Amino acid sequence: MTLTAIIFAGILTYFTRMTMIALISRDMLGDKIKAVLEYVPSAVFPAIIFPGIFINDFGTFIEMNDPKIFGALVAVIVGYFSKNIIATISAGLVSYWFLIFVVFN
Amino acid sequence: MLSKKQLFTRGMLDISPHMLSVIPFGIICGAIGVELGFHPYLVYAMSFIIFGGASQIVFLQLLSGGASSLVAVASVGIINSRHLLYGAVLSEYLEKLSFIKKLLISYVVVDQGFAESNKFFKKNRNEEFLHYHLIGTGCTMWVCWQIATLSGIVLGSFVPEELGLKFAIPLTFIAIVVQDLKKLDHVIVMITCGLSSLLFFDAPFKSYIIISPIIALFVAALLLRLKK
Repeated sequence: MTLTAIIFAGILTYFTRMTMIALISRDMLGDKIKAVLEYVPSAVFPAIIFPGIFINDFGTFIEMNDPKIFGALVAVIVGYFSKNIIATISAGLVSYWFLIFVVFN
Repeated sequence: MLSKKQLFTRGMLDISPHMLSVIPFGIICGAIGVELGFHPYLVYAMSFIIFGGASQIVFLQLLSGGASSLVAVASVGIINSRHLLYGAVLSEYLEKLSFIKKLLISYVVVDQGFAESNKFFKKNRNEEFLHYHLIGTGCTMWVCWQIATLSGIVLGSFVPEELGLKFAIPLTFIAIVVQDLKKLDHVIVMITCGLSSLLFFDAPFKSYIIISPIIALFVAALLLRLKK
């Protein structure tokens, strides 16, 4: 029963991946739409970033002094200047750990 | 002109830093599935059949919380509908491929792979075998995701929960978009999306994940009109 649901979820997910790549040809998208599509990364990823920072595991907003906000700010600054993915992730995690294990402990 | 092998390797290298967040997250996903009481084979089957990070956790959490299969399947579909946008962007670079190749390559399109390959595609439009970069990012992600979720399933949550490693996921996406903070129009689009996602967080079926990008793209269209 669960396996059937997993298979349906898998087929549905595959269709979200395949539809635009395999069934849409370039000519079907006008220049205006292509210009808007330039913004896709900026328009999609904050929907993963913001809830990941500001909403906790119980689905409620975090406090304004939550260590995650600080960690994310450090990651933005380090990422902006270093242009390095590993440095960005590590800086965010380390500053977050510093706050939860050293400062708030 | 780069060879197929060079492009594949470049794709692997471009996505590998993201494994710093993907691997712990995969371990957590696998471990949560077993903790929620699902058969280990089913939990692993999801990594192979769905192959979609957060949507796998949501699926199991909904089912274990008593939701119907229909609700769980619909939620996975809605969470993963953002791939439609990735596909629309990538289709321009993949149009020369045969239909079969398009069908095969689609299976490995993931968030981080799309992001890194799209950056590469924009700078190297004229390469003949561009799609090998996407295969490189996608396959790297696929292998790491299978190994990570499997280890979480077999070994349990050996990543200490106190470390809060789920926080690495927003950080990995910060690393992807942070350079676009130089452009005011992108900053406006990002803030629109981020605030919308918080505003619509409680919308049914986790639909905030596709509602907020649509709102943000409307704002992007308005900005383009203002620029002219």
